[in-house]
Order: sequence, then C-alpha cells, then structure tokens
Amino acid sequence: MSYIKPTFRHPTLPKNKIGFAKADYEGKISTLCAGCGHDSISASIVQACYEMAVEPHKLAKLSGIGCSSKTPTYFLDNSHGFNSVHGRMPSVTTGAYMANRDLIYLGVSGDGDTASIGMGQFVHAIRRNLNMVYIVMNNGCYGLTKGQDSATADYGSISKAGSKNMFQAIDLAGMALELGATFVGRSFSGDKSQLVPMIKAAISHPGFAFLDVISPCVTFNNNNGSTKSYDFVREHIEATAAIDYVPPKAQISVAYAEGQSAEVKLHDGSSIHLSKLAPHWNPSDRNSAVNRLQAAKTKGEVLTGLLYIDPESQDLHELQNTVGTPLNQMGESELCPGNEALDSINSSFR
Amino acid sequence: MLSINAVNDFVVRFANVNGSGSASANNMFAKAIFRMGIPVSPKNIFPSNIQGLPTWYEVRINEKGYLGRRDGVDMMISVNPQSIVKDIAAVKTGGYFVYDNTRKLHNEIIRDDINFIGIPMMRMCMEHYKDPRKQQLFKNMVYVGALTALIDMDEAVLKNIIAEQFAKKPKLIPPNELAIKLGADYARANYECPTGLKLETRDAVGDHIMIEGNEATALGAIYAGATVMAWYPITPSTSVAKAFETNCKKLRVDPETGKKKYAFVQAEDELAAIGMVIGATWNGARAFTATSGPGISLMSEFIGLAYFAEIPAVLINVQRGGPSTGMPTRTQQPDIISTAYASHGDTKHVLLFPSTPAECFEMTATAFDLADRLQTPVFVMSDLDLGMNNHMSPPLKWDDSRVYDRGKVLTAEDLENMEEFGRYLDVDDDGVCYRTVPGTHPTKGSFFTRGTSRDEYARYTEDGQVYVRVVDRILKKWETAKSLVPKPQVQWSESETKFGILFFGTTNYSALEAMELLEEEGIQVNAMRVLAFPFTTEVEDFIDKHEYVFVIEQNRDAQFRSLLINELDAHPKKLIRVLNYDGMPITADNIKNQIVQKNPLAPQLASKPTAS
Ligand SMILES: Cc1ncc(C[n+]2csc(CCOP(=O)(O)OP(=O)(O)O)c2C)c(N)n1
Ligand code: SF4
Ligand SMILES: [Mg+2]
Repeated sequence: MSYIKPTFRHPTLPKNKIGFAKADYEGKISTLCAGCGHDSISASIVQACYEMAVEPHKLAKLSGIGCSSKTPTYFLDNSHGFNSVHGRMPSVTTGAYMANRDLIYLGVSGDGDTASIGMGQFVHAIRRNLNMVYIVMNNGCYGLTKGQDSATADYGSISKAGSKNMFQAIDLAGMALELGATFVGRSFSGDKSQLVPMIKAAISHPGFAFLDVISPCVTFNNNNGSTKSYDFVREHIEATAAIDYVPPKAQISVAYAEGQSAEVKLHDGSSIHLSKLAPHWNPSDRNSAVNRLQAAKTKGEVLTGLLYIDPESQDLHELQNTVGTPLNQMGESELCPGNEALDSINSSFR
Repeated sequence: MLSINAVNDFVVRFANVNGSGSASANNMFAKAIFRMGIPVSPKNIFPSNIQGLPTWYEVRINEKGYLGRRDGVDMMISVNPQSIVKDIAAVKTGGYFVYDNTRKLHNEIIRDDINFIGIPMMRMCMEHYKDPRKQQLFKNMVYVGALTALIDMDEAVLKNIIAEQFAKKPKLIPPNELAIKLGADYARANYECPTGLKLETRDAVGDHIMIEGNEATALGAIYAGATVMAWYPITPSTSVAKAFETNCKKLRVDPETGKKKYAFVQAEDELAAIGMVIGATWNGARAFTATSGPGISLMSEFIGLAYFAEIPAVLINVQRGGPSTGMPTRTQQPDIISTAYASHGDTKHVLLFPSTPAECFEMTATAFDLADRLQTPVFVMSDLDLGMNNHMSPPLKWDDSRVYDRGKVLTAEDLENMEEFGRYLDVDDDGVCYRTVPGTHPTKGSFFTRGTSRDEYARYTEDGQVYVRVVDRILKKWETAKSLVPKPQVQWSESETKFGILFFGTTNYSALEAMELLEEEGIQVNAMRVLAFPFTTEVEDFIDKHEYVFVIEQNRDAQFRSLLINELDAHPKKLIRVLNYDGMPITADNIKNQIVQKNPLAPQLASKPTAS
C-alpha cells in the first residue's frame, strides 16, 4: 500500500535559501511500525537536507533490501531513488557515481544488508573511497524477515524470543576505521541533535562517509536484555564530542573552550566544530579513534559522535583521474574515436 | 611411404610447454602466412595453468578461406617431450613430425608411416646463445626458421614481422634473425626442402585483418560510447577488459589534461560488476561488463532486477566449457539457456551471436543501442574460440554519421512541456516507456526504481491486476525487440531440399564448409545462421519450410534446439541434434558425418535430392 501525502503547501511555510520548504524534502508516508528507529533517521535526513539546502534532484538515494532499505521512499520525494537488491547497494552506487560525479549519493542499508549478505560490497566501497554517504540503520536484527539475529547483535544480547546470542558482533564502525574509511561516525536514531549535523558533515565530506546509526526495532528487538533497545542505548550512550556543522561562509556563533574543542575544515569550505572532546581522542587521528572505540567497548559504552575524519580525502574519481565533466553527459563527439582512427586500428592488425 | 602433398591447404600443429615463450614465435608464423595472402586460422589450445603444462597451437591454412577447425594434423612441430607420444600419434599418415633431435627419440615411439624431421634446436641454441633463458626462447624461433625451408614460407615477410615486433628493442633483431637462419640452414642441409607441404603466395585475404574477437568487442564498446566498464577477471573474457583499458588509454584520454573519459573498475566479484553496470546505466551512462558462464550465474539476481526495473545493460558472455568450473580454457556454447532465461521469475533476454571479430565489434555496438532502446539487458554471446584466438576477419567498420540510439530518455525541456510523467506508462504502445536520469529537472521526473512490483507511476503495489498489466507490457517489448535485432542469414542450396541446417556463432565457419562436404555426398541443405534471440519470423519460416532441420551447436544438451522448441513451438521431431562438446571448436567433417549418420531419409536422399 502506498500513501500519498497532500501536495498542498501552505504559502507561509518557511523556506530554505533555494526556496524549498521542509515538506519538499519529505517522502511518502512511512509504512514501517510505529516507533521504528528508522523513521527517526529518515526525519533527520529530511532535516539535514532542508537545512543544507540540497537541491533535491542533485541527490540520488539508493538502498538494498530490508525495512531500513525501504526508507528512501519515505524521504526526499523529489530525488531519484533506487531500491536495489539485498546487500548490493554499494555496487549500484559505485556505478552511478562513476557515471555522474556531480550528484550527492546517499546510500541507506541495514545491518543485515551490510554486515552479512552485503559485507563484500561494503568493504570494497570503503577501499575505493567512493564519494557517498553510507548510513546503516543498525537494529541488531533482520526486521523485514521477522527478527532473526544479525551479525551486529552483541554477544550475550537477548532476543525477543529469549535466546542469547552466542556469536561475536561485527562492529561496523570499527571495521570501517580499520579498512581506511575517510569519515566514520556513529549515532543513535533517538538523538536528532547529534545525527542531523553528522549527516550534514557526511554529505560535505568528499569520500566515503560512514554512519552507523543505532536504530531500535520496536517490534523484534526492543525487549529487556537486548543491547539495541531504546532503553539500553539511552542508558549506555557516550559521545566523543558535541558536534556542530558550520556551512560555508557562515559565522561561528559558539565560542569553544580552549583544549576542549576542535575544528575540522572540509573541502567545500564548511567546517565541523567539536566541543567537549573526549580525552585522548583527535578526530583526524585514526589510531586514537580506534583506541577510543575499543576503550568504550571494554567499558560497555555505546560510543557515538564523529569518530574519524580525513580532511585530505581523495575520492574515487580523483584516484582514477577522470575528467571533470560527468561521463553520462558525453556524446558521440567526445566518445567515439571515428573512422579515421579505426582505419589505423585496422591496419595495425594486418 | 606415401607423403602428403598439399599446397596452401594443410594443418600445422605446434606442441609447446606453456610459459616457454612459444606464443610470440607461433603468432609470427601465422602472421607471415596471412601476409603471404593465404587465409589462415590459428587456435590456441591451452591449459588452465601458467607455466609448465602442454599447450598446442594449431594453424589451419586454407586457400579457399575455410577458417573452421579441420580434423587431423599434417605437420606437427614438437617441442614438448611431455606430450610427444600423443603428438606423434596425432599426425596423419604420410604427414610430418618435426622435432628437436638434440636428444634421440626412443625407437618404440617411432612410426614408419610418417616423416620424421629432426632439427637440433636446443643444441644449436646452446652453441649460439649464452644466456639460458635466451637458449630457451630462441629455440622457438629456430623451428619457425626451419619452417621457412620446410614449407617454403617467405623469409622476407617473416623478417619484416620481426623488425616490426622489435622496433622498440632493435637489439633483439639480429639474434632473432640468427635463430631463423640456423633453423632454415639446417633443414636445407639435411632434408629435401620444401617437403610435400608447400605455401605459395596468393592474393586471397583482401583487406582482412587478423584480430582476436575480444579485442574487437572492446573496440566496439569504445566506439559505442561505453564510459563505464566493471568486471571481474575470468577466462576467456579477461582480455575484453584488458583491451578496453589499453585502447581507452589511446583513444579516450583528454590530450590536454591527461584525464580519462572513461571509468574502468575491477570489481570485487561478478555481483558487484553487474551492480556497477546497472548503477551507471540507471544514471545515464553507457556501461558494460564482460564475463563467462560462472559470472553469469553470479549475476543472475541483478540481471532479473535490470529486466524487471527496465534498466539497460550490456553483458559480454565469452562462453567456455561448463558446468561449474568445467573446462575453463576450452570452448563451448554452453550458456544458451542459462543466459536466455537468466534470473528467477519470468525473464528472457536479448542475445546476439557474433561469428567473426568484425561482428564482435558491430554487435557490441548494436547491443548498446538495443539495451538503451529496449531498456533491458542485452548479451553478446561470444565464446573462447572467437574471443581468444586470432581470426581472419573483415575489417572493423564504423560509419561516422552513426548516432547512438539512447532510447526514450526525457530531457528537462521534455519534462517541462509534458502534462504527466509516469515512468512505466506505455505512451507509444510498443511496450517501451520513457525514463529520466537523476539530476535532470529540479522538480519533475523523479521516480523510484525498484525490483518489487509497481504501477505505471513506479509506486509499489501488490495488486495482482496491476502486476499482470506490467509484466504483460514488458512482454510487449519482446515483440518490439524482434523488429530491432539483426535478421538471420540464409544460404540456399542449388536445388530444392527437405533439409535445413541451423546454427549460430562460431559454428558458422565449419557449418558452411560442411555444406560443401555434404554436397559431395549428395546431400543438399539450406543453411540459416541465427544472429539473435528473440527469434524473428524468418527462423520460424525456415523451420516450417523444411522437413528436417539439423541444429548444430557446441554443447551436450542441444540447448539452442530447446530454445527453438520453447519459443517457436517447433516440432521436436523436426529438429535433429548435431553436437560437439569436447572443448574443441566443431569441425566440418564432424558436422558432415553426424548429418550423414542421422539423416532420417537416408537411402533415398543420399542419392537424389527431392523437392519439398
Ligand atoms: C537474496 C535475498 N535473500 C534474502 C532476502 C530476504 N530478506 C529481506 S530483508 C532481509 C534482512 C534485512 O535485514 P536488515 O538489513 O538488517 O534490515 P532491517 O529490516 O532490519 O531494517 C532478508 C534476509 C532477500 N530479499 N534477498
Ligand atoms: S519490524 Fe522492526 S525494523 Fe521493521 S519496521 Fe518494524 S520496527 Fe522497524
Ligand atoms: Mg536490521
């Protein structure tokens, strides 16, 4: 069933600097369970894109299969979307990005979609530093197939049916760090004030920006003993720093205390401001991020916030030395070598 | 002993060890014959291994221009002791066995019905070259040199080829020429030269070129404007990727900035490769992948997505022996069914069957037009024989006025001027709908691509009636496809006959030769070469016209025949299997023999052809 929202917009609704109201960034009405964490993440995506004044048609949203992967229908209705096959969103996004380097690519996936069936593609998208935002809506289970444990379920976490997970969890953020991702963050669907600036920073980042967002499944994994429930996450959440995204040319309004804050400049002129820094952690030092994450794990904390950013990131097109013009905009005259060239090719085979 | 005597019509086979540097010497041999104006077709018979195992290079020389394989070896050049017993046995009675007599042959393997020609290849190399690696390498040139004398190959032509090959390393020219001279001088001093096998310069190759099918395929993709190639290495398709990259470096780099007008991505596996192709074409670029049977199996889920969500894609399937890893370095046509119906659910796909490098080029370019026009995956069905061997082929042709058919893609202006956009609305009643590419228009034309069922406006639906409407409309494209794919080629026999032969792809070479052999046996056949799937009405008519049609193909299960029965409701009794699946290209003799044997009208027809 697909619901259509009324398209009438009240004329006095506030608009962003390119003339779009927030409602212009919304999607169809969600068919997910009421209270599902994924819907809150969709709302944060809408908020971030509205505030950043992203041109909707300059963004492509892609996903795999799962409840999480359905969400692109529920945000950014004016953007092209692609609900691909289970675990394979990274390859589709890679191809799309090769074809047109000028769009923003927002990939949405689930923990099943990424950490199991799609692990291979996830890993290789990181290696290539594909210029995209990759959000995993991480609920520790397979929502759409009715609640089986996923590979991110923590050891010892108790399922709704009462069984205890006896396998080690894959920490996607930790893995992304190890694999050389140039932007890694973790957040919580229930913490919009943190998630919105993180999404904005991820969009601005010229390379693979990974966001592991804990997103409770209210239907299958929100019970006592689950480490991905709203209650558990709220009780154990810890942040690297408070984060603020400052768009290009904007005035910095907050003053940060010396030694307790850091600023990271991004390629497009925007910057990320971090305050209340965790000790022994520097956002552009990969080792300190790995250590900080490990320390949190040992203490049983759910560490959120920006974990690592490489401001010198070079994306796949730069690494491949592709022309500036998007490849999908070239025609015969640029691409076809013509008959004369073919004549000399033919004679080289005689 | 009766020795074989032949001019410009014989088979020379080289028995080598792989990784020993014989390939370049063997290629020079074939090229020299080609440059003498004599039609030639060389084939590599190689193991799935990098160094140390037996490998053969078989060259058929045929002035009439028959380029298929022929049974039997007239002259064997033996440089591999591992396979020597088998190699001696392979020579036809009266044939020639050229070997390295640095070491004596065991008496028990000597046959008295063939001519043994010993050339001390290793000994001469040890005497004339110091470096052990060079002693090995130049051994190959010594036997090529001996051949100039033994079969009268033009030495000047050969020297020219050497000069071209080493134009950038001129220091290597004299030692190569020395090796040629050593071989030729020894042969002349010790044997009657030429032997009964002789080359004579002709003017029978016209403007043809010698090129591997895979190279032509890659060039076809470049000419067709493919900008994204994603692939995963697999024999025998890898050289398509390699040729795409090498040629792009020459043809697709901006001379001023040095930047690339193409993207070349070695994917992590075939699933990712096809995913990238689909992502790129969805986003408006022309993209393709090249793979073989195992890759098609892995790509199947995505192929179904592209079929159902109606996204163009070009896939080159360079087929090899299956099932599973099968015979990865041998040729077959074993993926007909698995490709035609790749993926779960009701799917079927457009296939093109090239038989020459020129067709690899042309059909690959056509595949891009068809994929864009029909918004569906299109497969170019090559095979190892065509892809990885040099073939004498008409030159590659391109018409500079040719415009890419990008199909029904809406521009911002189109969107601005239209009342309503529905991605899956069949506006033109040909089953093909209008699509938009991301980034086209700020507020119009966006839609959601999905592999789930959806309505005409790309909205998710589980309504059975809507679903039926959509899949039936997709089937309508199949009818449209029939009007767009290349038509079959027919060759009618001189007199009326009840027999047809039907084939596709690389079988072409041998099938046409078999027609002549059958004629000698008093069996007339009409021939049809199918160039594409879906089958056009011509195929149906051809089957209707004949009492029996021999379907010639290179797989065990007669897959093409099944496809004909399934798609055309052809009567199974009418379609007689003619098969070869030992991994070697089918030969004309084999085809002829099977047809003679399986001829259902045997006694009457062998003598006099009847009217149909
Ligand atoms: C090839 C394939 N295998 C299995 C499935 C069934 N399937 C659909 S969604 C899903 C798991 C989704 O889990 P996750 O990615 O965590 O998403 P969630 O629903 O939890 O948001 C599975 C196994 C499928 N669609 N495709
Ligand atoms: S099953 Fe879980 S993940 Fe799926 S929509 Fe419901 S709450 Fe969300
Ligand atoms: Mg999940």
